[in-house]
Amino acid sequence: MTTEPIIEMRNIEKHFGPVIALNGVSFDIRPGECHCLLGDNGAGKSTFIKTMAGVHKPTGGEILFGGQAMHFDSPRDAMEAGIATVYQDLAMIPLMSVTRNFWMGREPVRKVGPFKFLDFKTANDVTMSEMRKMGINLRSPQQAVGTLSGGERQTVAIARAVHFGAKVLILDEPTSALGVRQTANVLSTIDRVRKTGIGIVFITHNVRHAMAVGDRFTVLNRGKTLGTAARGEITPEALQDLMAGGQEMAALEGSLGGTV
Amino acid sequence: MSNTDATVDERIKETSKLRKALIRPELGAIVGTVAVFAFFIIFAGDSGMFNAQGVLNWSTVSAQFMIIAVGACMLMIAGEFDLSVGSMIGFAGMSIAIISVTLGWPIWVAILLTFALCIAIGALNGIIVVRTGLPSFIVTLAFLFILRGFTIFFPQLIERRTIIGGISEAAEGDWLAPLFGGKVGGGFFIWLGDLGVIEVFSRGTRAGQPVVDGIPMLIIWALGLVAIAHIILTRTQFGNWVFAAGGDAQAARYVGVPVDRVKIQMFMFTAFCACVFATCQVIEFGSAGADRGLLKEFEAIIAVVIGGALLTGGYGSVIGAALGALIFGVVQQGLFFAGVESSLFRVFLGVILLFAVILNTYIRRIITGER
Repeated sequence: MTTEPIIEMRNIEKHFGPVIALNGVSFDIRPGECHCLLGDNGAGKSTFIKTMAGVHKPTGGEILFGGQAMHFDSPRDAMEAGIATVYQDLAMIPLMSVTRNFWMGREPVRKVGPFKFLDFKTANDVTMSEMRKMGINLRSPQQAVGTLSGGERQTVAIARAVHFGAKVLILDEPTSALGVRQTANVLSTIDRVRKTGIGIVFITHNVRHAMAVGDRFTVLNRGKTLGTAARGEITPEALQDLMAGGQEMAALEGSLGGTV
Repeated sequence: MSNTDATVDERIKETSKLRKALIRPELGAIVGTVAVFAFFIIFAGDSGMFNAQGVLNWSTVSAQFMIIAVGACMLMIAGEFDLSVGSMIGFAGMSIAIISVTLGWPIWVAILLTFALCIAIGALNGIIVVRTGLPSFIVTLAFLFILRGFTIFFPQLIERRTIIGGISEAAEGDWLAPLFGGKVGGGFFIWLGDLGVIEVFSRGTRAGQPVVDGIPMLIIWALGLVAIAHIILTRTQFGNWVFAAGGDAQAARYVGVPVDRVKIQMFMFTAFCACVFATCQVIEFGSAGADRGLLKEFEAIIAVVIGGALLTGGYGSVIGAALGALIFGVVQQGLFFAGVESSLFRVFLGVILLFAVILNTYIRRIITGER
């Protein structure tokens, strides 16, 4: 990998009053790679990606975007710069159609005289074709998102981010609530998107999911980066140990009779 | 990347066209409308309910319900309630009366000032709800009492009574008042009368004139508001934002929908509708009373729910709400024509509300695929 990173986060610190949520986290993401961010609950993953997505302002450290220092004042700023975040459960409105969800906030309009109407034909066509590219054949673009499975909903959200020109796609635990088959679908979607040159930040606490698609792995623990390893440099067991803090886990696994 | 031939999931059953056609918010209201008309054609068909005067009678009542139902519908889809609609109607009427009769200002000034005042109060409702994050139920309940209180207090303070008359005289020759209290199509009805399609007065000062002398502007307002609101809701970007704001405000904010603005604007629109209702009413009656509009907020909400909107927001239809209002008007007046005790209307309201909510819950489950 010799390409320049799209975003580089250096020594990010974030304090909430007396609580130090992030205490010097460094992370970067290059075009066309899937960089997995691993960590147990409470490690600071969510705080960190929210900083990257413009929701939180870092207390310390620098954010470089395309080599330039950047300050995001709002999620809107980050989105406009090309950082799209797909949250686990808050992305879609179940009662609305796939098309209405896909275009929500950026609806295509057609002018009729002085009035602007929604251009449903374009909207439906684009939605169908973008979903097909992701390997999902919708019955109808008018079907409610509520009728889709969890994996399909994630895919709609990912397709939407890709269509609107995301350069970096942050996926917040996209597989944590999914079954085996749906997880495989989402992972293969990640692979497809990566091949288009988009950088993906994949947050998970499941080592196997990370190993399946990750190019690099960064482990967070107690608000600090424990290190970054490239694919092939580290075993799943070593990753697991890093995440959970070694010794204790080994003892637990021994008593359970297998790898968790 | 060229995975364009993803297979259709074999476990998804083909849904029939009929079932698809049925799964729409208006279903309950359409069935209800047909049932109600069938009922009254059978039991009150010869009572004069369906001659020109009778039709005008229940159309006018339905149109009143429709005007406030449109506002309540848009607001409910945006995820909020307005319980202050009824009080707003009384307040707006009284405001027009005080400005035009007591202060003696031209009635068009009174109407415009009242509209501005009501829409501002609607905005205040919305801003408080959005800023504090309190349920709109509580905030607008407060305004239900605040506005009603003022509506009783001011006329007593100024005129020492709770009904102010003389609005008809004030509206005489005004340019704006006919837009709310006038009638259109008079010539058409004279023509129908001459043709013998509708009856004409046989004696009195109006002998030879048709019994119906025009369509009240109230009905034109109702139909106009329904049409415009329906188009905005289903065909425009703003309409999509209304659904999004009520469906899941947080998800909508994430993708850049100005949820707060949309909600405040819907509160303003509801206030506007209440004000249209009040203006038509005071000009028709020629007076404003402190008790006008009592319980209208609930009637509006019931019409909207019969029309298929979900109380939780994000789903509904203006056409459905309009049909809900039509059911109301037809039943309320129909019971009178059929000679049934009118207090039974309340019983009917309660029963149909229950049925509507049960049906809506069922439809929502089908739409979202919940099991």
